[in-house]
Amino acid sequence: MIEAKGLTKRYGKTLAVDDLSFNVTPGKVTGFLGPNGAGKSTTMRMVLGLDNPTGGQVSIGGKRYNELHHPLRTVGALLDAKWVHPNRSARAHLSWMAKSNKIPMRRVDEALDVVGLTSVANKRAGGFSLGMSQRLGIASALLGDPEVLLFDEPVNGLDPEGILWIRRFMQRLAEEGRTVFVSSHLLSEMALTATELVVIGRGKLISQGSTDDFVAKATDSTVKVRSPQLDKLRPALSSASAVVTDAEDGLIVSGLDSAKIGEIAMQQSVVLHELSPQRGSLEEAFMQITGDSVQYHADIEAEARKALESSH
Amino acid sequence: MTLLAVERIKLLTTRSPWWCALITLVVTSGFTALVVGTANEEFPVTVATTQFSYSFGLAVVMVLAALAVTTEYRFGTIRTTFQAVPNRGSALLAKTGVIAALALVIGEISAFACWGLANLLQPTADLALNSAADWINVAGVGVIYALAAVVAVAVGVLVRHSAGAISLLLIYNLAIEQLVQLIPNAGPKIYEWLPFNVAHKFITGDGAANAGRPGEAGVPLSTSPLSPGWALAYFAAFAAVMLAIAITTAKKRDA
Repeated sequence: MIEAKGLTKRYGKTLAVDDLSFNVTPGKVTGFLGPNGAGKSTTMRMVLGLDNPTGGQVSIGGKRYNELHHPLRTVGALLDAKWVHPNRSARAHLSWMAKSNKIPMRRVDEALDVVGLTSVANKRAGGFSLGMSQRLGIASALLGDPEVLLFDEPVNGLDPEGILWIRRFMQRLAEEGRTVFVSSHLLSEMALTATELVVIGRGKLISQGSTDDFVAKATDSTVKVRSPQLDKLRPALSSASAVVTDAEDGLIVSGLDSAKIGEIAMQQSVVLHELSPQRGSLEEAFMQITGDSVQYHADIEAEARKALESSH
Repeated sequence: MTLLAVERIKLLTTRSPWWCALITLVVTSGFTALVVGTANEEFPVTVATTQFSYSFGLAVVMVLAALAVTTEYRFGTIRTTFQAVPNRGSALLAKTGVIAALALVIGEISAFACWGLANLLQPTADLALNSAADWINVAGVGVIYALAAVVAVAVGVLVRHSAGAISLLLIYNLAIEQLVQLIPNAGPKIYEWLPFNVAHKFITGDGAANAGRPGEAGVPLSTSPLSPGWALAYFAAFAAVMLAIAITTAKKRDA
């Protein structure tokens, strides 16, 4: 159980995390979603007591991280898979971590086995591929058999097989009754992994709730209508307070579902050639919701335009 | 005790401590061989001259100590460390203790290796350790290495970058302290109280280990007015203050 209350972090003039409050409950995978630079990693570092909040607080099972006794046994985290000394072997890396929290040494081998790194346990971690590094990071998170697990962008840079493996793995950890909190900037990834979502943009909470609700709310559903009698249908729909836009060969209607549109057409005795609900893509929806929260968006567009102009 | 074991595993499962230890040994014994091999009537071989090279080893040991900390910042393992041990003070103290212990061992091995090498090269010279000054001159090297390692750890924690910390330490130790003497009037007075000059006082004393010869005939002596005992206390206090500043800073700072 992770509980953040009014969490705030300021770096100089920039407010990285702004009065953020949320709960992460055990037994499910909770996604921590936001565009790059939204403050996800900063929040996770504050959960782990690495960064000091400017204001507010965050607790794990009612305690601040610094008050936990042998914290690796309560909270396992993978914030950055590259946080390993490149000349140290995977086993040596896990050994010192285990030693620091009085975790039995057999857990080192167990953790390596779980992530499938047993065969390279004595190889230097600097030679690991990104996927292997991620697995080592997960092994270190699992080392203390913790109740609470934090993963920051665990699938970044992984191949599809690795992504699938991590996704199933996190779900299994949640099924075991653990609290799993995983960040991502991809809604499509989170829709497949997480059942709960904490969504932030520019350090502020945008929503917290179930993934299904968020996706339903996010994908502003529209209905496509084709008919030879559009002139008759259009005013009828407008008077039913629908928003009607012309498409190439028909109308795009939002604010009314397909059943209602069908009924209106029936009342007006209009022949319909097509009546199909359209779902926007998840990413589009996510962009729409966090739209004014995306920090770099405008800059990127401006830069792209400049690059185009200069190439002419 | 647990934390000391943790830091021991961390230190000894990387390569740089082994390399630095080896380099220290090669550099100090190499210089000693050079000095002892070229000794003559004017510059005879004494216990003090066998340790002529300790300051070069000191520089390498400080590099080792600084690297042991700055690589943790460089590779992010300091965050993993603070995650495992949220009490940053104990974590850093344990780290300092282990590095200082290694520096002590390296210092003793290289000092006695140099002394032994001199005995081999000049079997007729009087190199017996038969006074307190003789003993301090050889065995004291490890103690100074250990304290210098503490200073280097502190600088490493404060600076956090390998290149920055190492150049700061080396430029200070090898150049700045000596250059202070060039300041008109006050320079030599200030120099008397600069830490590595004072540490040198502990090692060389008043030249007793140099068979009573003046500094010009062998190892230059320290200008510090302190007795060797007080010189050691002064250098130890300097190291402790540096470490305290570093730990206080690390506690306040975001990891």
